[in-house]
Amino acid sequence: MPARIIGRLLLSFVLLWASSVLIFGGIEVLPGDFATTYLGQSATPQAIANIRLELGLDRPVVTRYLGWLAGIAQGDFGRSWASGQPIAEQLGHRLGNSLLLAAAAAVIAVPLAVGLGIVAVIFRDRLIDRLINILSLAAVSLPEFFIAYLLILVLVVQHPVAAFPATIYGGMSLFEKLHTIALPVATLVLVCIAHMMRMTRAALLNVLSTPYMETATLKGLSRLRAIFVHATPNALAPIINVVALNLAYLVVGVVVVEVVFVYPGMGQYMVDAVTVRDLPVVQACGLVFAAIYIALNMIADVLSILVNPRLRHPR
Amino acid sequence: MADTDHDRPLLSVRGLRLGVRAHASGEPPRDVEIVHGVSFDLRKGRVLGLIGESGAGKSTIGLAALAHARGAMRITGGEVLLDGENILALDNAGKRGIRGARVCYVAQSAAAAFNPAFRLGDQVIEATLRHGLATRAEARVRAVGLFRMLGLPAPETFGRRFPHEVSGGQLQRAMTAMALCPRPELIVFDEPTTALDVTTQIGVLAAIKSAIARTGTAAIYISHDLAVVAQIADDIMVLRNGETVEYGPARQIVERPVAAYTRDLVRQHEIRHDEVPDQSGRFFEMTGIFASYGSVPVLSDVSLHLSKGQTLAVVGESGSGKSTLARVATGLLPPRQGTVRLDGADLPPRLNGRSKAHLRRIQMIYQIPDTAMNPRQTVEDIIGRPLTFYHGLRGAQKRARVADLLEQIDLGPAFLDRYPAELSGGQKQRVAIARALAAEPDLLICDEPTSALDPLVAAGILRLFLRLQQERQLSYMFITHDLAIVQAIADSVAVMHRGRLVRFGPRSSALRPPFDAYTDTLLASVPQMRVGWLDAAIARQAAGVASPD
Amino acid sequence: MKALFPIPASAAIGLLGLAVVLVCAMFAPWISPFDPNAVIGDPWGPAQPGHPLGFDNLGRDLLSRLITGARTTVFVALAATVIAFVIGVFLGLTAAILRGLTDAVLSRFNDLLMSIPTLIFALIVLSALPQNLMVLILVMAVLDATRIYRLARALAMDVGAVEFVEAARLRGEGLLWLLGREILPNTMTPLLAEFGLRLAFNVLFISTLSFLGLGIQPPTADWGSMVKENKDGIIFGVSAALVPGAAIALLTVSINLVVDWLLRRTASLRGGRDDG
Repeated sequence: MPARIIGRLLLSFVLLWASSVLIFGGIEVLPGDFATTYLGQSATPQAIANIRLELGLDRPVVTRYLGWLAGIAQGDFGRSWASGQPIAEQLGHRLGNSLLLAAAAAVIAVPLAVGLGIVAVIFRDRLIDRLINILSLAAVSLPEFFIAYLLILVLVVQHPVAAFPATIYGGMSLFEKLHTIALPVATLVLVCIAHMMRMTRAALLNVLSTPYMETATLKGLSRLRAIFVHATPNALAPIINVVALNLAYLVVGVVVVEVVFVYPGMGQYMVDAVTVRDLPVVQACGLVFAAIYIALNMIADVLSILVNPRLRHPR
Repeated sequence: MADTDHDRPLLSVRGLRLGVRAHASGEPPRDVEIVHGVSFDLRKGRVLGLIGESGAGKSTIGLAALAHARGAMRITGGEVLLDGENILALDNAGKRGIRGARVCYVAQSAAAAFNPAFRLGDQVIEATLRHGLATRAEARVRAVGLFRMLGLPAPETFGRRFPHEVSGGQLQRAMTAMALCPRPELIVFDEPTTALDVTTQIGVLAAIKSAIARTGTAAIYISHDLAVVAQIADDIMVLRNGETVEYGPARQIVERPVAAYTRDLVRQHEIRHDEVPDQSGRFFEMTGIFASYGSVPVLSDVSLHLSKGQTLAVVGESGSGKSTLARVATGLLPPRQGTVRLDGADLPPRLNGRSKAHLRRIQMIYQIPDTAMNPRQTVEDIIGRPLTFYHGLRGAQKRARVADLLEQIDLGPAFLDRYPAELSGGQKQRVAIARALAAEPDLLICDEPTSALDPLVAAGILRLFLRLQQERQLSYMFITHDLAIVQAIADSVAVMHRGRLVRFGPRSSALRPPFDAYTDTLLASVPQMRVGWLDAAIARQAAGVASPD
Repeated sequence: MKALFPIPASAAIGLLGLAVVLVCAMFAPWISPFDPNAVIGDPWGPAQPGHPLGFDNLGRDLLSRLITGARTTVFVALAATVIAFVIGVFLGLTAAILRGLTDAVLSRFNDLLMSIPTLIFALIVLSALPQNLMVLILVMAVLDATRIYRLARALAMDVGAVEFVEAARLRGEGLLWLLGREILPNTMTPLLAEFGLRLAFNVLFISTLSFLGLGIQPPTADWGSMVKENKDGIIFGVSAALVPGAAIALLTVSINLVVDWLLRRTASLRGGRDDG
């Protein structure tokens, strides 16, 4: 089993490296010249040549890629074209803000979704199950910004209980921060809970239909003991997968929510950079998002390996 | 309840009815009855065999003894009296008190019925502990004793293993230990040996039989194989379509069956085909075949041959390489070494290298007819395709020929426009045979074509094979694990064991002593349709051979 | 002798919603009461006779823009999904049939594309590419094709391993017959369901990109950019931004309801004879 886990870790590093090539090289091979893009169509050839020199675009691609990678390894993501500021500094505290948002949403959504999934299975085909089902089908179909603006309209404009926009800054206490981000967190929870719950329910039902669950019934065990003792260990791997998948989704989901709530996180940073074509910032943010995503998927796989008795006790 | 009448049966089933609630779309749900009023009595320490084909309702009746109904099934009428008390009338807590304590269940597939997340020992003693029948320490001791009694290896430590760490035969024994552990009054065995190889089956069967005898528990033993049930049961009930066909002492059912259906069941083992002496020699021939999957060798140095119009039975248990032999013959798996010859000419080893004419002459019949034909094609499409592909028939001509072929397999033109999902298992296999015939082949390779079918249906298919062989001079390479089938149809026999050919020759000499060790075990393991065969076989084996799994 | 299929209420709602949106998309120029780009009222003017939804941030008729926006949103999502299916199914089947090196290369590259979240990937690519409709559709299609490739390959591998395909190979059938007659018909149901799910996803995706200002560019109306244009009204209690949001929700809910029904319907037929 350790070999399997080490293999999975190595695969993640390979993926991460390959995605860095994709992020850096992909932009290179796409048509369109940076300098022209940067200065606009009306720029003089001399201005373009100057800016290419200034940005270092005259060096070969491979050299620039290696320089970029070496910089990142030392925590240096280069400088923004738009502001001239080092990217790492901005990225650092914006990443912190984004993670705060995602973590707060996860802490609420994961137990709630898994719990509701279990409730739906226990009351299978009864009113409560159907209700949860219909609501979740609706929730997976709603765009994030629709939920967000609906919440703002109701909870800020009509009944002013929550804060908008969700501006947080260094001097705030944790409680103040949490109050400020209540609405974006609520939006994220609503967006990912339905999907997570449906998948949890499906994973559990799958386990419940196995012959060994009938064995548990025919041993005279109570339904609750059968579900919690016999079904849960087997449902764990799929549920862990569901959770990790949705956490990865959360990390991406922050992009839209941050824009709606004018929240100073990494998502908004990236969207602003894309709008003005500030490529070094786009690349840096893209790489960080990809790294988080790859890491979460890896954690899910490693946990699945750890909870699988066949892999824990090979023949 | 203590002063029970000694004549009162332990279990008394009275007029039991079960149904399924069917939800056809657009119609109100209605109940379809599956079991129509079945009654029987079972005394302490006795064994009742339930026998019938799939859909007869035998498992359903067995589970009713635990007041349990599977899936959408519901018990709609009758009584199940356990020691005089109707357990169907109990509330949920009452039913739970009986399950796993007074009545236990042994499932067909122990591999699926054990929870993969827990050690075997913990699962074996769980019911005993939950029902408060023993302390953990006592239950552990009991379990080790049962493991020993059932012939499991290293009984002291066997319980520490996980289900995936032991073999199928061992799992089935462990499941029996799990059922015996609470010391129940009744155990329901639901086809406990059906999924096992025949040489493994005999050991498990013997272990179950001796465990029943030594613990004095009563049992219901469910099987589709009358020869197996006859070894274990005191009484036998024959079921068909949810109704009792015949019910009586085992010896009477086997030796003097009254109902016509029972007589057919007893006689299905009696199809006889007189061996034709090898005349024309080597119509189909495989010489010095070595084959492997990747780097895993599966066949080594296999040579055999078959005459025109004759049947070669290839016998062996799962993993012996007999299906691989078929893949080599068809060209799906090119051999590492060796040649395949048909009608005097070498066949190219690869499928891609073979011409249409080569392909037409060898046709394949599969074990599971459901997966052997495209569910999206009609019977006419399925049988018609080889007609178009090999013989260029189209339109009305093709349709007429398909209808003709359907007549030959006893189905008739009414089946032309049906889809596979609308056919029974036996009908599907007949369509698969017609598809093969449509090519006008010389050799049919049949990979266990009857083992997924009910016994009587299988017998019908075997008779069809024999008739077609006479009419068309077909040669069969017939892969099977069932020696009764060998007796029924083979002219020559090849016995495979671990990728090697251990015996090959005309049936009369191949199945006659002196045997090699494996063929001996194999022959001794095939259940025979007579009471007392198992005891005799065990006595023979006790002379030295350890249980094979 | 075709029995009238009773349609459950949920599916009927879905079909109705889908029909409304499709009619709007197809006949927008004729249905739309006003020029969607003409300023004919006050910014965020309230509903009044002839203008049941009121006006947008510039004073354009909201209903007319909504109807015209349906056309853009549906067209982009549908075009991206169709192209994604052509690419994904073709490559997926190719990988499943050829196996070996082709499969390994395609699958590893697909894994790589899928290791970066879709939205992030789209942002990176769009930051470097010129902004026009064709680029947008192609980017969405390529990203979506990764999911379809994976499904199509898995399905074809599953079906390809079943014995009736082996029987056809033993008969000597060519690749086209194997793919077209044996494998594809048996993967249609899951692929159809996936088409619906991907379409719903792409409706959400194009709307999100437009909302972020990176999708459809003004003055063209589409539902996502309409939300963006009107979002500032929310804090003044003007719900104009919610109207296109609700339209997006209506469309995706409808698609999901129909897909749900299709899946259950074919499941109850046990893959038998829905001559679809």
